[in-house]
Amino acid sequence: MTPESKPRIGPGFRLQWEAAQDCHVLLYPEGMVKLNGSAGHIMTRCDGIKPITEIVADLEAAFNTSGLQSEVLGFIDIAAGKRWLVDAGAGS
Amino acid sequence: MRDTAAGATSATNATNATSGTSGTSGISGTNGTSAAAKIGPPLWLLAELTYRCPLHCVFCYNPLDFAQTQAAQELDTEGWLRVMRQGRELGAVQCGFSGGEPLLRDDLEVLVAEARRLGYYTNLLTSGVGLTPERGAALKAAGLDHVQLSFQDSTKEMNDFLSHTKTFDLKSRVAGTIRANGWPMVMNVVLHRMNIEHVDRIIEMAVNMGADYLELANTQYYAWALHNRDALLPTREQLQRAEATMVRWREKLGEKMRIFFVAPDYHDGKPKKCVNGWGSMFLTVTPDGTVLPCHTARMLPGLAFPNAREHSLREIWFDSEGFNRYRGTGWMKEPCSSCDQREVDLGGCRCQAWLLAQDPAAADPVCPKSPQHHQVQAAIERAERNAASTHEKDGVAQVVEHPLVFRDPAASRRLAPTRLL
Repeated sequence: MTPESKPRIGPGFRLQWEAAQDCHVLLYPEGMVKLNGSAGHIMTRCDGIKPITEIVADLEAAFNTSGLQSEVLGFIDIAAGKRWLVDAGAGS
Repeated sequence: MRDTAAGATSATNATNATSGTSGTSGISGTNGTSAAAKIGPPLWLLAELTYRCPLHCVFCYNPLDFAQTQAAQELDTEGWLRVMRQGRELGAVQCGFSGGEPLLRDDLEVLVAEARRLGYYTNLLTSGVGLTPERGAALKAAGLDHVQLSFQDSTKEMNDFLSHTKTFDLKSRVAGTIRANGWPMVMNVVLHRMNIEHVDRIIEMAVNMGADYLELANTQYYAWALHNRDALLPTREQLQRAEATMVRWREKLGEKMRIFFVAPDYHDGKPKKCVNGWGSMFLTVTPDGTVLPCHTARMLPGLAFPNAREHSLREIWFDSEGFNRYRGTGWMKEPCSSCDQREVDLGGCRCQAWLLAQDPAAADPVCPKSPQHHQVQAAIERAERNAASTHEKDGVAQVVEHPLVFRDPAASRRLAPTRLL
């Protein structure tokens, strides 16, 4: 993905908060991935509307920091490789 | 559960529902007592809605005495809704609707809708028989998340498949319905001696039908499969060829279609961590409401499993003898209790220990350290010998020596005129 990509949760996957696990989880056919804190913060912002640049800016504002882009892109690429995220594309 | 890795970037792919590699509970214990002391929430609620089934698979894991459960004894809609609510309150996130054939329950849509509303990821495990476009649309509207389509083959149906007749057409239509509804499709094929030579074509079929995942599950020998074991157990050479074929496809397909290969524990000599740890992840409710740590555990002697009509799932999960007996490692005896693999495999499968060693607390006899391992070796040797007496007809292996017993109510009543336990 590029900074302009608009990631959203991949088809067949569902992101939700699980109180019993005390974390965000990604559910998919017969399985579950427990997300660590930063992964949860990134994925909850992947709505298919915001481009990655905006997600990064949002995270930097929320955590009062800067220079997160390469880390966020790195995670999103890994997640896309696992089909957890797909690019909603320029048209959507 | 296929994948339960902690940490977003370190997810690993386990192989199947019952041999996941990374459970989230009970794995940090350094000894039996600490693992048992902290009981985590169940992650899976498997609702076996009915034992009724239009198919007669020779490898079915439903109990031999399934016919003792009549339709009238099945939990009713309200009973299942209560079970689902209680499971979700305990923390279960995956709800599987299974059977038998769950589509034979005409309240399936109601149950799926409530499961989805409760926040479960909803999985339908079906043969596809009865999944009409109308029912597909109703299940989609109810919020069904995923369909696992099993390729229920017997010798006859395998012939059907290979000659592209009835079964193949049904599966193709159902696969089309699954795709049309946008569901991820997991195709499940149970491997045994009569179809293992066709793994290449099976994988090709799954690709053509648009499966997202293909589960190639080597038969586990309980219940009907154990009864038919001499006809089903493949040879070592067959397994090696099948695995090599599977690896070739895996490399070719990459992320396009993921293939899970459920290891053949008889041949590997590696005990499987029973349901990823007894009472650590799975909670199965049978058609009549009996609550089990795994779908075959009811066979174990000396253990009473409570019924959801009489007890809450919370009581059952945390306090029942049935769920506590084999949690952790404290129950083990030698050679397990001093084994350096005891936290890895948790002694293997309790049902296999009971079936082959007549002791549910024994080491799983697939383990070379088990005093009963010779029984597994003898079964494999018989498979090698039987291979010599098997001949091919129209490209399909025919077993001539041992007639298969098909899973149907008449055979069930014959093999188990009363409830076995």
